[in-house]
Amino acid sequence: MSGKPKLHYFNGRGRMEPIRWLLAAAGVEFEESYLEKKEDLTKLQKDGSLLFQQVPMVEMDGMKLVQTRAIANYIATKYNLYGKDLKERALIDMYVEGMFDLNELLMAYGYQPADKKEQHFANMIDKATNRYFPVFEKVLKDHGKDFLVGNQLSRADVQLLEILLMAEEFKADILARFPLLQSFKARISNIPTIKKFLQPGSQRKPPVREEDVAKVIKIFY
Amino acid sequence: MSTKPKLYYFDGRGKMESIRWLLAAAGVEFEEEFLETRDQYEKLLQGGSLLFQQVPMVEIDGMRMVQTRAILSYIAAKYNLYGKDLKERALIDMYVGGTDDLMGFILMFPFLSVEDKEKQRALIVQKATSRYFPVYEKVLKDHGQDFLVGSSFSWADVHLLEAILMVEEKKSDVLSGFPQLQAFKARISSIPTIKKFLEPGSQRKPVPDDKYVETVRRVLRMYYDVKAN
Repeated sequence: MSGKPKLHYFNGRGRMEPIRWLLAAAGVEFEESYLEKKEDLTKLQKDGSLLFQQVPMVEMDGMKLVQTRAIANYIATKYNLYGKDLKERALIDMYVEGMFDLNELLMAYGYQPADKKEQHFANMIDKATNRYFPVFEKVLKDHGKDFLVGNQLSRADVQLLEILLMAEEFKADILARFPLLQSFKARISNIPTIKKFLQPGSQRKPPVREEDVAKVIKIFY
Repeated sequence: MSTKPKLYYFDGRGKMESIRWLLAAAGVEFEEEFLETRDQYEKLLQGGSLLFQQVPMVEIDGMRMVQTRAILSYIAAKYNLYGKDLKERALIDMYVGGTDDLMGFILMFPFLSVEDKEKQRALIVQKATSRYFPVYEKVLKDHGQDFLVGSSFSWADVHLLEAILMVEEKKSDVLSGFPQLQAFKARISSIPTIKKFLEPGSQRKPVPDDKYVETVRRVLRMYYDVKAN
C-alpha cells in the first residue's frame, strides 16, 4: 500500500465526491482506482475488501474504510477540519448532515427516469432554496465570520462550497437571494488548496452525463 | 430548559428510536414531547426550533440538535461510547453505518402497502443474513472479545443490538446461523442500563402500528404512497 490514500469508486462524483473535496481541501494527495464494469466490483467484493460489499472504499492508514460518513469523519478529524471541541463538532455535524441530505437529492437527479425528472428537479430546487440555503445564509449573517463554525475552516465550509457549486450547475442564478452565500463561495474558493482543486486537470469529477448513467447502473445492479 | 435531554418526535420509533436506545444505554434520563397534531409541528417550525424543519430534535446542553447522526455522535462522544482514539472511532462509524443502513430498510416498513410489506420483509431478512449479520459475526469471532470495538462497550454495540431485535421482529429465528450474535445479544441485553430499557414501562417504543402511521402522515402532511427501497 502506498503512502497516499487510494479511493475505489467509479469515475464520477456520486458518494465519493465529498471525500475527494475533503482530501483536496486538506492538501492530501490521493490515488484513485476506478470501477469500469461489474467485474471490477465483484472482484473487490470477493477479495474481502468491502466490509458491506459496497463502495465508496478508501484505503488509508492501513485500513480499508467504507461507509461515506465513516470515511469523511476520519479524514476531517485527522486533518483538523472537525472543530476544536464537542460542541463545534455538533454544529458541524448538523450542518454537514443537512448538506448530505441535499447532496442525495442533487446526486439522484441524473438517475431519474425521464418522466420523473421534472418533478425531481422542482423538488430539489425547492429544498435547496427554501430549506437548506436559508439556514446557512442565516448562520453566516448571525455571526458575521468567514467560516461556518468556530471561525476556522472546517469540513462544513468545504462541503457547503461543494453543494453551492453543484446547485449552480442545475440553476445558474440559484444564489440570487443569498448574498452571504455568494461571498462565502468566493472566499472559500480562494483558499489555495481549494482553488487548485477547482482548476481543470484536478481530480474533481464532472456531473454525471446521460450516456454514463446506464454504465453506472450496470456496475451496481 | 430542564437539565434532562428533551426529545421531540412522534410517539413511536422512527428515527428517534436509536437516540432513545443510546441515551438509555448511557444511563441518561430523558423527557419526551410527542407530536400529535399538525398545530404542534407548525408551532415548532414557527418558533425556529427545527433547523431544517424536521424532527428528530433533541434539546440537550443548551442546543436544539437536529439530524439523527449528529445527535447520536454527540451523545456517544459525551458519554464515552465512541472508542478511545481515531481508529476505534473509524471502526465504530463503519459498523454503525452498516446497522443504520439495515435499519433503514425497516424504517419505511409500516408505511408500505400490504403487498409491498411482504416483499420488504423478505428483503430485510435477506440483507440481514447475507450482508450485515455475517460481518458482525466475523468481527466477534475474529477477536473473541465481548464488544465489537476495543474491548469496551460502545455505540456500535447498542446499535447492533437494536438492529438485531428489530430484524427478529420480522423473523424470529433470523439469528439461527449466527452463534456469536446470539451470545452477543444475550450479553448486551443483560447490561443493567440496557436490561432496564428492555423491560416493560421503559421509554422504548413498540413496533409501529397503523395509528403511528396515521399520526406521522397527519402531522407531516405526508400523504403520498411510500415505495419500498
